[in-house]
Amino acid sequence: MPTITLSKKTVLEFLGRKVSDEELADRISMLGTGFEGIEGDEIHVEIFPNRPDLLSAPGFARALGSFTGIKKGFRKYTVKKSNVKVIVDKSVKGIRPYTACAVVKNLKLTDEKIKEIIQIQEKLHITYGRNRRKAAIGIYPLEHIKPPIYYKALSPEEIRFKPLDLNKDLTGNQILAIHPTGREYGYLLEGKEKYPVFLDSRMQVMSMPPIINSNTIGKITIATREVFIECSGFDFDYLHICLNIIVTALADMGGDIYSVELQYPEKKYTVPRLEGREMKLDSAYVNKILGLVLTESELRSAFDRMGYAYKNKKVLVPGYRADILHPIDLVEDIAIAYGYENFTGTFTPVAAVSAVKPIELYKDRIREIAVGNGIIEVKNFHLTSKDKQTKFMNSTHAVVELLNSVTQDYDVLRYWMTPSLLETLQSNKHYEYPQNIFEIGTIFKPNTTYDTGVQEQEVLAIALCGNDANFTKIKKIFDTFAGALDLNYTIADTAHESFIAGRVGRIVVANEKIGYIGELHPQILLNWGIEMPVAVLELNLSDLFKVTGLIGEDQPVSLGPAPSKSVSSKTASSPAKPQKHHTSKPTRKKSAPAKKSSKKQKRR
Amino acid sequence: MELQKLAESLHPLERKILPLLETTPDTGMLIEKSRLKEVEVTRALQWLSNKKLIEIKEEVRELVFLDKNGQLYLKTGLPERIFLTALNREMSLKDVEKASRLSKEELSICMGLLKKKGAINISKKGNDVFVSLTDNGRSILKKEMLEEQLLKHTFPLERKSLNPQELFAFNELIRRRNIIRTEIKKQRAATLTDLGRQVLESVGASDGKDVIDSLTADMIRSKSWMGKTFRNYDLNAPVPRSNYGKIHFENESVSYAKSIWLEMGFTEMSGSMVQTAFWDLDSLFVPQDHPAREMQDTFYLKNPSQGKIPDDLKKKIKAVHENGGDTGSKGWGGVWDEEKAKQLMLRTHTTVLSAQTISRLKREHLPAKFFTVGKVFRNETPDWKHLFEFYQVEGIVVDPNATLNDLKGYLKEFFKKMGYDKIKIRPGHFPYTEPSLEVEVFDKNKNQWIELGGAGIFRPEVTKTLMGFECPVLAWGLGLGRVTVPYYAITDLRDLNRNDLKQLRSMKKWMLRPQ
Repeated sequence: MPTITLSKKTVLEFLGRKVSDEELADRISMLGTGFEGIEGDEIHVEIFPNRPDLLSAPGFARALGSFTGIKKGFRKYTVKKSNVKVIVDKSVKGIRPYTACAVVKNLKLTDEKIKEIIQIQEKLHITYGRNRRKAAIGIYPLEHIKPPIYYKALSPEEIRFKPLDLNKDLTGNQILAIHPTGREYGYLLEGKEKYPVFLDSRMQVMSMPPIINSNTIGKITIATREVFIECSGFDFDYLHICLNIIVTALADMGGDIYSVELQYPEKKYTVPRLEGREMKLDSAYVNKILGLVLTESELRSAFDRMGYAYKNKKVLVPGYRADILHPIDLVEDIAIAYGYENFTGTFTPVAAVSAVKPIELYKDRIREIAVGNGIIEVKNFHLTSKDKQTKFMNSTHAVVELLNSVTQDYDVLRYWMTPSLLETLQSNKHYEYPQNIFEIGTIFKPNTTYDTGVQEQEVLAIALCGNDANFTKIKKIFDTFAGALDLNYTIADTAHESFIAGRVGRIVVANEKIGYIGELHPQILLNWGIEMPVAVLELNLSDLFKVTGLIGEDQPVSLGPAPSKSVSSKTASSPAKPQKHHTSKPTRKKSAPAKKSSKKQKRR
Repeated sequence: MELQKLAESLHPLERKILPLLETTPDTGMLIEKSRLKEVEVTRALQWLSNKKLIEIKEEVRELVFLDKNGQLYLKTGLPERIFLTALNREMSLKDVEKASRLSKEELSICMGLLKKKGAINISKKGNDVFVSLTDNGRSILKKEMLEEQLLKHTFPLERKSLNPQELFAFNELIRRRNIIRTEIKKQRAATLTDLGRQVLESVGASDGKDVIDSLTADMIRSKSWMGKTFRNYDLNAPVPRSNYGKIHFENESVSYAKSIWLEMGFTEMSGSMVQTAFWDLDSLFVPQDHPAREMQDTFYLKNPSQGKIPDDLKKKIKAVHENGGDTGSKGWGGVWDEEKAKQLMLRTHTTVLSAQTISRLKREHLPAKFFTVGKVFRNETPDWKHLFEFYQVEGIVVDPNATLNDLKGYLKEFFKKMGYDKIKIRPGHFPYTEPSLEVEVFDKNKNQWIELGGAGIFRPEVTKTLMGFECPVLAWGLGLGRVTVPYYAITDLRDLNRNDLKQLRSMKKWMLRPQ
């Protein structure tokens, strides 16, 4: 977000009284801008993107002055008529179709003021103008221009003028190719057959928006007394607000605003219009949202302090406010005027049933069992590198890839958890063994049946690392899970490129494959630089949760004893057991099949 | 009495070591004499030292050892003696070689060495080198050289204890290959203190036979413990470290934050981390040209790159962006681009889950309260104060009667339970909330305000579009890291996921009211 620098002296002058730095800091942050600090005479303020009207020193001082009660109420700006006309040619349609223009006279410019004007222009370009794409601003010395002014599009080769800071005629294309500003913003005109230009009645090029002004007639100096201002872009109302922000700032600097007649092929507009627009607002709505009981007169004075006029449930919104889309935006300004610090905060404890996600409860239980086995929990990032997920593991599966990660080490989402644990073991090689670790977290698999094209699942992975880490040890631990979770499982022979053949199996519960268990292949360990045997269990908790059929995953449950239901009924109903399985049974006595399989929630 | 107690508290290892210390201060010798393992001796010494029965001094010593050539020469004699012995007349070097059976290398060393000592004359005749004994050489032959004397010592020798002659021989030999070598040894010497001597006496008196060290099942069954005393333990003696299982400290803070919302009657939300821009941004009325959508802040996906968006909601979102739809808003203007909304990304805030939750909510469900504590992502290079994934504490209250004042109430209550008694709010800006606010809490330890996140009331453009009716939705998205990091005294954010086993084991538990 943009930061502006203000002169403390100027701000205090404007406020008209002595204000301590602390009060200044407090008022600035309570106005709805970010106070960044005071250094000497400089005040640094962060402006939120909804308030481009605060990007100038005069605009900011205007708001602060109202807010602190020094100069309140709706600011009236007189707009006199100038005889300047701008004729908009239909050729700009499809290129940069709109412009909103004004004239400001009686400017007594100094180098400082010119700097301030350039700052306003630049800050608006970056933020409100979205780097000149949505709005670009040009300011010209009116003395050098002979109206009427034409806004039209010409072929790049037809355009010839001396761009700012260059005393040499260039064509449109040359400007984009050679001039620094042309090179920076040239992409905004890319692919256009014609480029937009402002010309005066002598057909002198004033500028080529949104790129650059003419060095001859498009450059203001301290000698300039009258300026012509144009904003160009794609949405007339949007540009009009931009124009209003600039002309009101210049008026606050002492200038007089004059209107310009815009002749579009189909319609005429005379801008700027600063009489404000009316919005209806019911005080009941304000009070309901804020939790306050403001009277009509309190409301009026609050609006006064935010620069509005309020009368008979109607609010007059200044023409420079870009952020008032809906009455709710007025409500926020009332809250600011009332003072955020004055909200006491009401908390009424309501008897309500809280509910936790069943899978989260399930994960907590799993975590307890793992810790009970003396295993330490680690936590890796979801992001990792493709090599770690595939090459290091001797596998080639597709992973979810990021488009624009700034770090190469983190350019995919993890497909499985085991590599994360190996990474942890790799970074702990200097500590004593055994190192037994586990992680519970999310894995990501490309899967087009999901709206996001990605299936996200919760998994548990355990790695035992040490001289005596082996299949028996890891299976012993899995048995504690099977026992505690009341699982009937088999381990099916399988081949897996990361494990030692004959020492890896897939854990099958209720005919669903829910995980891998085995000893990692020494080549994999070498790939990671780990010189100790590693036995691994990776269990897909989402799948396990589903096959055990406890509760629908998306239904939050109220806290209480976890609903119990044995999976044995499911296993019994699917008798087709593969031949080659080593059947294992946890030592725990199995509970009888639960009858209440349809019971979904338990309430306390 | 005290002495007696001390004596009884001695561990068998200590009992074994203590008497030996009268004569043997050196730990290496102690191992030999006690026939205990090194670790046992070390432990016994440590315990005795804790009880102030002995004093341990660490000494750094340079020891001289006989190396493999040295051992050989001890048997065969030094090459230079062999050389001199073989040289019974003026001989060509070749003849010396034959007579002495020394290697070429040894020969050349001998030549240099003996020339230096003035024991031989070297002359050249034609192409051959001739050597003959000098008088000096003859006298050397008759007596023992200093080097030979040194080799006959019992090794290791302490370098410090060498006399000038021995030191000369040492300096000569150390330069030569593998005759002797030195080693720096840290040696610990233990000496009895006065107290130690007294305890030793009373131990001697009791001889330890009637003191039980470890109670065993056999003793209980056979009642052999009767009439005996149990050795007193040194209760403050350090014990080996236990490798216990442990929950990751960050998860402890996460579950604590969750428990607060559960206590307050909130329901947990969950949802995917990969999201379409549609849900993460468009549904929350973030304009399509908002700077936050730009590449540098957000992780977009390459493969897959586009997701599906719901048809019914798509039309409403398009309308609200372009002209405010039926919400009474002006909208952002311009044209809303469906393709941009289909882009897949890692969620930038958990507010996306709030949006999805209220889009499923029916009027009859109100009032309703939801929360989640989940990871969000920002495309940044990790350094000490930035991570690309971190936790956000998200909550919404959907209640026709909810107000901004209630919002502050919820935040106050949450932070009170997190240990922060003072909070303040100030105006903020988010495209999807109005009014918007920033939350700060007062950190008593640091004596300063810290920013903890944003909150506000969802804009009608969000609520009316997603729910189909207007209702205030209080919402917040708070950073958890700012609270957990000072608690765990972490100064580098990367330490949250460093997974250093030592750090994980030593990390303190999350307490009930942390601050």
